[in-house]
This record gives sequence, C-alpha cells and structure tokens, in this order.
Amino acid sequence: MVRRLSEDMVKGILGICAIFSIIIIFLIIIFLFREGLEAFSYTNVIDFVLGREWNPSKETFGAAAFIVSSLFVTVGAIIIAVPVGLLTAIFLAELSPQRVREVVKPAIELLAGIPSVIYGLFGLIVIVKYIRITLDQPTGESILAGSIILAIMILPTIISISEDSLRQVPRAYKEGSLALGATHWESIARIIVPSASSGILASIILGVGRAIGETMAVVLVVGNVEKLPTSFFDSGEPLTSTILLEMGEAAVGSPHYYSIFALGILLFLIVMVLNIVSNVWLGRGLKRG
Amino acid sequence: MDRYTKQTIMKGVLWASALITISFLVIIIGFIVYKGAPAISWEFLTEAPRRSGRLGGIFPAIVGTIYLAGLAVLVATPIGVGGALFLTEFSKESKFTRFIRFGADTLNGVPSIIFGLFGFAFLVYYMGFGISILSGGLTLAFMILPTVFRTAEEAIRAVPRWDKEGSYALGATKLQTIWHVVLPQSISGIVTGIILGLGRAAGETAPIIFTAAILNPVLPGSIMQPTMALPAHLYTLTSEGISMQNAFGTALVLIVMVLVFNLLVSLIRKKKALRR
Amino acid sequence: MVKMEVHDLNLWYGSFHALKDINMKVYKHKVTAFIGPSGCGKSTLIRCLNRMNDLISNVHVEGRVLLDDKNIYDKDIDVVNLRKRVGMVFQKPNPFPMSIHENITYGPKLHGKKKGLDELVEEKLKDAALWSEVKDILGQNAMDLSGGQQQRLCIARCLAVEPDVILFDEPCSALDPISTGKIEDLINELKRHYTIVIVTHNMQQAARISDYTGYFYLGELKEFNKTKKIFTNPDNPETERYITGKFG
Repeated sequence: MVRRLSEDMVKGILGICAIFSIIIIFLIIIFLFREGLEAFSYTNVIDFVLGREWNPSKETFGAAAFIVSSLFVTVGAIIIAVPVGLLTAIFLAELSPQRVREVVKPAIELLAGIPSVIYGLFGLIVIVKYIRITLDQPTGESILAGSIILAIMILPTIISISEDSLRQVPRAYKEGSLALGATHWESIARIIVPSASSGILASIILGVGRAIGETMAVVLVVGNVEKLPTSFFDSGEPLTSTILLEMGEAAVGSPHYYSIFALGILLFLIVMVLNIVSNVWLGRGLKRG
Repeated sequence: MDRYTKQTIMKGVLWASALITISFLVIIIGFIVYKGAPAISWEFLTEAPRRSGRLGGIFPAIVGTIYLAGLAVLVATPIGVGGALFLTEFSKESKFTRFIRFGADTLNGVPSIIFGLFGFAFLVYYMGFGISILSGGLTLAFMILPTVFRTAEEAIRAVPRWDKEGSYALGATKLQTIWHVVLPQSISGIVTGIILGLGRAAGETAPIIFTAAILNPVLPGSIMQPTMALPAHLYTLTSEGISMQNAFGTALVLIVMVLVFNLLVSLIRKKKALRR
Repeated sequence: MVKMEVHDLNLWYGSFHALKDINMKVYKHKVTAFIGPSGCGKSTLIRCLNRMNDLISNVHVEGRVLLDDKNIYDKDIDVVNLRKRVGMVFQKPNPFPMSIHENITYGPKLHGKKKGLDELVEEKLKDAALWSEVKDILGQNAMDLSGGQQQRLCIARCLAVEPDVILFDEPCSALDPISTGKIEDLINELKRHYTIVIVTHNMQQAARISDYTGYFYLGELKEFNKTKKIFTNPDNPETERYITGKFG
C-alpha cells in the first residue's frame, strides 16, 4: 500500500514536470496577450498591421515597415541558405566519405552553437563593411547584410533536418533507379530528393521560423531605419529589432509599451504557425516513408 | 551536355557546398580569435570594466554569465529529467504523450525575444522579482527546458528493456529500478542535454537584456540583484561602439566557452560509443 | 549460345570470403536458377552480374564476368550502360513513389527517349501482364497497387529500358501464391526474348521455371547442370541431399 502510494505521488510530480512546457506556453500566451491586446484599445488591428507610421511620441503605431522588413530579411536568408543547405545535406547523405562526414557534422553542430550576438558582431564588422566598400553602397547596414548572416545561422537547421529525411528514403528506391541504368546523380535528383521533399520543406519552414524570430544577429546589421524597404540594399528594421530597441525606452503601462507587446503577439503568431506547419509536414513525411 | 559530365559537375557542386558551409565556421571563429586575442590579458579576465567597458576587464560579466546559466540549468534539469521519466517510465504512448512532446517542440520554437518580453511581464513585473539574476535565470531555464527534456527522453528510452526487466525480476520496485538501473545507464545522455542547455543559456542575449542584465561593474550580492553578462555586455560594447577591441575580446571568451561545451558533449558521446 | 560467363569469381565482404572460385555459364534465352540455403552466396552472385555490389563499401571482387565475351569488371566498362543491358528485379517490390506511367518511363527518359512514351507504357505493361489491371489508372501512385501488381510493374519498368538479361533476386518471396503463379507464368513468357537469371529459395519454383540450375552452399557453387538433371539425377551427392530435403 505504502509503495503504491509513493509511486503514485512520484508519478504525479513527474507528470507536472512533463506538462511544464505546456504550462509555460500558456503563461507566455497569457502575458503576451494581456499586455499586447491593450494596444488595440489605442489603435485598431488593421491600422496597426498596415499603418506606415510608427511614432511613439505621437502615439501612432503602424507596424507595416517592421513586418515588411522581417519578410524581406527572411526571404533573402532563405534564398541564400536553401541551395547551400540542401546541397550540403545531399553531400552528407549521399556522397561524403565517412572521414569527411566526421569533420563536417560536428562543424555544423558548432555553427548552430555559436551565440547569435557573435554572428551579429561578425556581420557588422565583416559583411556590412564588404557591402559598403566592395559593392559600393551608401550604407552597408542593410537587409542584405541581415539576410546573409541569417542564412549562415539557419544553415544547420536546414542541413540536419534535410539530411535526416534524405537518409530515410528507402535504399530500395536508389537501387531500383541504379538498376535501370540511372547515374548516381540522376538517382539523387529524380528519386531521392523528391522522395524526401516533405522533410526538406519542413526544414525550410523551420528555417523561416528561426530567421524571422532571430534578434541579436539582425539588429546589429540591418541599420534599423523605420521605413518600408524597397530593395535588399535598403536599411530596414524587423519586428524583433524594434522590440529589442524600444523596450528600454517605453514606460511600463504606456501605449508604447503595450504596442511593443502587440508586435510580440504578431511575431509569436507568425512563428507558431510556421512551427506547427513544419511539424505536421515532418510527421506526414515520416509516415509515408 | 552528356549525363556523365553532368554528374561530375554536380558532384563538384556538392563538395563545394559542404566546403562553403565549413568555411563559414572557420572564417567566423578564425576572425573572432584573430581580432579578440589582442584584447585578452590577465587583467581583462579578472578586472571590472571601467568607463562603460572602454577600459578594464569583463570579470563581473563572466561571473554573471556563470550565475545565470547555472541557475537556468539548476531549474531546467530536474523538471526536464522528471518530465522525461514520466514519458518513458510512467506512461504509454497516447494522445497525451504526443501533446506533451508537441508542447516541448513548440516551446523550443518560441523566439528568444519573446522569452524576453514574457520574462519581463511575468517574472520582473507580475511576480515582482525585478531585474535580477532570478528573473534572468528562470527565463533562460524556460528557454532551455525543451533541450534538456528531449535529450533526456532519448537517453532514457535507449536503456534496454531487458536491463529493467532484470531489475524487476529481482523484486525491485519501479522507483528502485529507475534509481539504480535507468538513471545510471542514461546519465551520459542526460548530461549531454544539460551541457547543450548550458551552452545555449550562456550565449543568449535577448531574454536577459529585459530581465537581468545591466552595465554595472559590481558583482551581484544575491540572486535578487541584477548582473552583468557576457552576451549582453558584448551587445552593448558593439551597438554603442564603445570599444570594438573589448567587444572582440568578450566574443572570444564567449566562443571559447561554447567550444568547450561542444567539446565536452562530443567527448561524452565518443566515450559512450566506445562502451557499446 | 552463351550470354554470360563467370570465371574464377571470388568476392570478399571485408575479410569474409563470400564467393569462392565460381565458374558457370548463363545461356541465351534460357532461365538459369540459383538455389541453396540462405546466406549461401546466391544473391551475392546475382548482384555481381550487374555490379550492384559496387554500392556496398569494402566489397572486393576478383575474377571475370563476361557479357557477350566482354569482361564487365574491366576498367573501361560503363557501369550505367551495363545496368541498362542487365536489368534487375528485386526481392521486395520497389516501385518509385510516383505514378504508374512515370515509373515505366523513368528509365527510357534517362536514356534519352522523348517520343512514343505512351505506346511504350502500354506495350511494356502488356508484356508484364499488368495492362488490363491498370490501364485506367496510369496516373495513380504506384504505391497504391497490391504487392503482386507492384512486382509486375517493376518488371515492366525493367523491360522498358530494353535489357538483354533480366536478373530476378527472389522476386516472389514477398508475394502470395496467386501472385507468385502470375510471375512464374510471366518469366516463362519473357524467356523467349530475354535471358533470365533467378535466385529463389523455393526449389519447386526452380524446378518449374528454369532450364539450368546452380546449387550453392557456403559461397561455393556445388553443382551447375540442366535443371532436369539436377532434380532427377544430380552428380553431386550433396545436391541430392539438399533437393530431397534431407538437409537445408
């Protein structure tokens, strides 16, 4: 009896540990929305999302420039990271000799482990300077600089998930293709990659989620100018940068403070949708394979 | 172009992509080491900053980062390992367990700046912990919880069933079996997750800027006080252009910490692979 | 007439000697069967005939395998072209996860065929005795077919690249008896135009469909003879013991 009781007690405690993540998510949602929804008593949702002007001193809060900047930076990062990442994943899954793999895999893990603020520092000193001087731009602090640094940061995500799904493609597909007289590359391009496409897509969506939510690497290189960017060489200010830069200035309980949390809601929703889509996609890919 | 030339070219492209990926790592680390090494000295590592970090060292930031990351791991480890034990030893695969895993994966995807906002609204303000090591450490703990949790789950799941059955067959209770068989066998995997979490906690900036970090060259006296921290200090030095040399020095210290953590993880994994 | 010839073939997986001094002939437009207990090397040998073993790391091959008097292990051999001439059907049906039509045209498209693909699909599906069952669902995913249909699709896919030789590596081991019967009938039809080698663990199958049979044991070819002879009056007493079920 006593043993039964103590086991039940332990099970209860461990159960609480297990649902802790979910409790935190609920708390995040509650506190983010409690503060953020307040903003919509000053600005209606449509004006907030589509408004061009963000001026805390006039209490005008339109986030369009930040949203567009976030999209720009992310699209740029994906354009750069997907080809390099996918090809590296194919290399690891299909071509790499074991010895080379033993070097490349830990290197990619390390790339994922470098703190984002260090990426920012590197981006500011190397990439921004390169864009300004070599590409002869008025300012190097640009969407492009942000895209490049984000691309490097999301490479590990794209590579490791894509590689996993490429490895899960049944060996029989490859053998079947080779037995029909296909070259190795033809088998990769026409059979293996298409068969892994759902996992690859999931990795890209996850990469988008990481890129759009990244703060420190971006804030140091994009210039932080509150206007709608029209080209990759323009400066911009993504959602994350605004939150970081303006939290310190906003008085708790002011419309400005609530509006920053509203930006947080926006960001949170975008990233959560992307993550859930990616998870569903990954699950589906696994079931079919 | 004939099929074989195409194959040769594409294989070249694949090698080149891998090379590009590696070169990013080499260039970034090489650059930080090259630029940061001149800043490193005994004084830099052991003294407090002067004139906003233009002069002096980063000692309080090193100590602060250890406090913050240490507190985060201290909080996240029991919860993460406990949750992992619940999933592996106390429940059968069901909608509920999938929901728990989904929760951990979702939490893992929350952007760090959102953790910062949440930490500020919930811990600093609502709970009244103020800008403090406690607020920052807890925020970081929430952030690394999924890493610790999922790594521990994987490690515990890898314990062979027959080892557990052997213990039960000797009349051991479930709790005795967990304590004497399951945990000892999965400890290296669990530690791996803890170190990975430690590395992430030490390097994160956005969550602690709102909850714990200040530019105050004094060592904190209690966990209710704010503290300096390496990544936040690095951000301030860089964004305000205070001292690029010291920024690189700080970055070098931070990157060495991360490298050491990564090295530890791969050592543990190698040792485990050898034992199998 | 001899289509393929194996001369003093030896194969090692690392340090394991998997095939020992194999010598045999594959006759044109005949069915040659390899039998023997599992792990005896019969699948390894068939995978030497189109060099599928190249895919496995640390495999080492010595000796010669001639296809129309040309050694396929020579340096100047184009392995891709070899596999086009020597097709293979695997143990488990392995259609690609695409439509039936695309499965058939996959090989021909690689080899440069652009026109007359629809006719080709019909012709090959008819040759593989699958046309009547799938003619209305050519656009459907091949994974939705039954196991037996999938295997006949794999045969049609193989026929579509117009090989000389078709290797069957235990093609029926994953199928039910009715599907097995269909495949056996099909092999009987196919030997009029193709040279066929089949690995089987089923002795009755070898007796029913093959003209020549090789009996393998522990990496050695113990006996190679006309099927009739092997199953009635084998030269090697070991073969007889296996055939009569006293062993293996």
